[in-house]
Amino acid sequence: MAQGDNTPTAVLEQDEADLRIEERLAAERAKDLLRFSTAGSVDDGKSTLIGRLLYDSRNVYDDHVRAVTHNAEIDFAQLTDGLRAEREQGITIDVAYRFFSTAKRKFIIADTPGHEQYTRNMATGASTADVAIVLVDARKGILDQTRRHACIASLLGIPTVIAAINKMDLVGFSKEIFDQHSRALVELAKHLEIPDLHVVPVSALAGDNVVRRSERTPWYGGKSLLELLETVPLAIERSNAGLRFPVQRVLRPHQDFRGFAGQVNAGIVRPGDEVVALPSGFRTRVRTIATWDGELDEARVPQSVVLTLEDETDLSRGDMIAAADAPPHKTRHFDATVVWMQNKPLRPGASYFLKHTSHTVRARVVGIRSRIDVEHLAQNSTNELGLNDIGEVTIETSRPLLADRYRENRTTGSFILIDQEDNTTAGAGMIRSIADAGEGTGEQQAIHGILDVGNRAALAAELERRLLAEGALVLRTRAAVSNALVTIARLGAVVLVESDDNQPVMFTAVHGADPAPHELAAEQLDEILDELERLGAIPNNGDENDNGLGI
Amino acid sequence: MTAIAGEQPHLADINRQSHNGEATPAIVSQPAQSSPERLNHIQLLEAESIHIIREVAAEFQNPVMLYSIGKDSSVMLRLAQKAFYPAPIPFPLLHVDTGFKFREMIEFRDQYTAELGVKLLVWRNEDAIANGANPVQLGTQRCCGFLKTQALLDGLRAYGFDAAFGGARRDEEKSRAKERIFSFRDSAGQWDPKNQRPELWNLFNGRIGQGESIRVFPLSNWTELDIWHYIHLEKIPIVPLYLAKERQMLVRGDSLIPLEQPFVKGLPGEEQWVKCRLRSLGCSPCTGAIRSDADTVPKIIAELVEMRNSERANRIIDHDQDGSMELKKREGYF
Ligand SMILES: Nc1nc2c(ncn2[C@@H]2O[C@H](COP(=O)(O)OP(=O)(O)OP(=O)(O)O)[C@@H](O)[C@H]2O)c(=O)[nH]1
Ligand SMILES: [Mg+2]
Repeated sequence: MAQGDNTPTAVLEQDEADLRIEERLAAERAKDLLRFSTAGSVDDGKSTLIGRLLYDSRNVYDDHVRAVTHNAEIDFAQLTDGLRAEREQGITIDVAYRFFSTAKRKFIIADTPGHEQYTRNMATGASTADVAIVLVDARKGILDQTRRHACIASLLGIPTVIAAINKMDLVGFSKEIFDQHSRALVELAKHLEIPDLHVVPVSALAGDNVVRRSERTPWYGGKSLLELLETVPLAIERSNAGLRFPVQRVLRPHQDFRGFAGQVNAGIVRPGDEVVALPSGFRTRVRTIATWDGELDEARVPQSVVLTLEDETDLSRGDMIAAADAPPHKTRHFDATVVWMQNKPLRPGASYFLKHTSHTVRARVVGIRSRIDVEHLAQNSTNELGLNDIGEVTIETSRPLLADRYRENRTTGSFILIDQEDNTTAGAGMIRSIADAGEGTGEQQAIHGILDVGNRAALAAELERRLLAEGALVLRTRAAVSNALVTIARLGAVVLVESDDNQPVMFTAVHGADPAPHELAAEQLDEILDELERLGAIPNNGDENDNGLGI
Repeated sequence: MTAIAGEQPHLADINRQSHNGEATPAIVSQPAQSSPERLNHIQLLEAESIHIIREVAAEFQNPVMLYSIGKDSSVMLRLAQKAFYPAPIPFPLLHVDTGFKFREMIEFRDQYTAELGVKLLVWRNEDAIANGANPVQLGTQRCCGFLKTQALLDGLRAYGFDAAFGGARRDEEKSRAKERIFSFRDSAGQWDPKNQRPELWNLFNGRIGQGESIRVFPLSNWTELDIWHYIHLEKIPIVPLYLAKERQMLVRGDSLIPLEQPFVKGLPGEEQWVKCRLRSLGCSPCTGAIRSDADTVPKIIAELVEMRNSERANRIIDHDQDGSMELKKREGYF
């Protein structure tokens, strides 16, 4: 700020104060952000531990502490158990998100429930975590639910697990008991392929080794829980992986601008980069990275930006801009690990909506390969998955997904299954292995026909675009349905007819002797495409590779 | 790290083979220090919020952004501008006006939204206002029920909105700490905290049936400090009530109650000029001010860092009874 000679000193001092804050904010911004979640069986002390961590690190407001203090005793679990039902029952039901920071890092905590019934809420909290704190009650050791949670943490790809052996005050801070549990945990981590394990003895209630190292565990030479959280390494971004940019929305404010809004999920993007638009396969270059803050020289994971491309390119929501030299798989078949979250069991043959990046398709569970037996951490064969079960399934989707394996990319490798009747989130999946759709979709012998969309001009345009992207031969016209159109369709085209009528969408298959119009009970694009595929009007690409799954 | 874990720090090395025979890629890690290549946490929060806002615009037929004129709304509005730039914001703003908002808030609202060229809708429970509903007469719970919750539900229904953005943050209050980013509401607008949809990664389930809706909280993971930090970095305009100034207040015990409404009357000697500001903006009779000298955003931040009470500690309405925010939320309040 420019200061004149006659500026009063009071103002000058104020500005100096502002400047000090400026420095402080810069330091604040330089801090890393670590997300962690709690895990473990019911009553092991997860919420108490988080309450203690917040309290001892001076990250709770006085009025919040007062609200959970009864007879001069703080009920630490109630700092996070924020629902009435939770306080009444003394258990956690759903995830609580808490935020705190120290001089070194900022943290987002997800305190999750231990109760088996709420496993899906634990998975919710763990899905975005960098570190999982797995609690073990020193008196009980590893329980089934501890294994289930550790297993979910491992499947979700959380690289670092801190096992806190809690309630050490109730076992006289015994080194023997701690060592015994530690050995079991190391075994468990080995089995679950958890790469980075730390074990720390704590008393959440009394605060031992939570923020400060305790004198009551002189035999323990390691760090306190908070010290561990402040120093565990953060996984590095996949900036050297190929670009993944799922298109969320097309922005077209005026004639001269057509941009694709999305979030960088992997890689780095710079103007001039060669990219491929998928599923069309059209190659072009990035022209600009447009943002409110001006054009950028580069964008990286997980920035939300708008890309413009050198050429007029066919792309809309659900499509992807990817590195031309390292594109994702285009697939309708894959194997995945699923955590089941619905009372209604998952059975082979069942259909769901599947949401993957910005794309929602219909999916069928072709088969259930196995279920994890949590007690023995073994894979058993099964023909259904019940609530909270974890298993391997094979999935087939109505439209191809642009996907990677979960271990390569948490975003393009994950999906959720949505119940078609009540719209609840039925399961969460991680793609393990993929059968590629392959290139040649044109070889297939598809049956074609006439699709009469009436006065739905926008739908016609979108259908035309998507069918073209599928490799179908498309003719879009306003001519009335005639023998000429039937002949064209017989030659192998999908004929899109528009008119001024406000009628249901009609489809006439032309392969039979007597083509009869068939009313499609569908209004939405994806539903119509699914229906057309079911009727055999457009190629069902991928089927020719229906072998050798689950390598 | 314990002696035991210390002997085997790299279990991945021991167990490189996964069950299907493929090598497990080593986890690449780096020392726990900030790298210039990594986005800072403000940038991370911004990216996440923009992603959420775009998902809603793409998946819903008729979304709306609840605009309360406060600091969080101001940040949310800026994020919406960024999400669609260079295109305009593709949904309207809705302000639920109780008639008890500060005059300065309404002036700011009208001026700022006009400047930005966004579409602003205002909804009021006119019947209740005409009947003279006020917190002194009805009690704060019922007053909020009529003027906020009922008005909100009516407004959403009247326009047929199927998704509504709110600027609530999880760090504000302990029942909010429990809420999903996409929070499902049944056809009566109610929240069922014991039966929320799982929400993994950044895959949001926006599928709803007839009459049902989703409340969306793009600022879920922002803290109060992050909000001010962002306002400062982005130079986002805010209502001047946030900044300290000499104001005439009703001083009773520790409370400073604004003298905006005729029914807020002090006893002799209770009406005083105090240098103060508001930490959170609500209805004037129910929002207490705090004594403060912070007349710039950096000073507010400096003050905040030292603060020992939460921002809602001065809101009269949240403390009516245990879990009152949760109860209001279940009925449809934001
Ligand atoms: N003695 C002792 N008791 C503890 C300790 N930690 C937790 N507790 C008690 O264990 C009980 C359960 O604690 P919570 O923190 O609610 O357990 P939780 O793991 O969060 O439980 P859920 O979330 O329901 O799975 C409470 O009564 C705590 O006071 C500890 O270190 N020592
Ligand atoms: Mg708990």
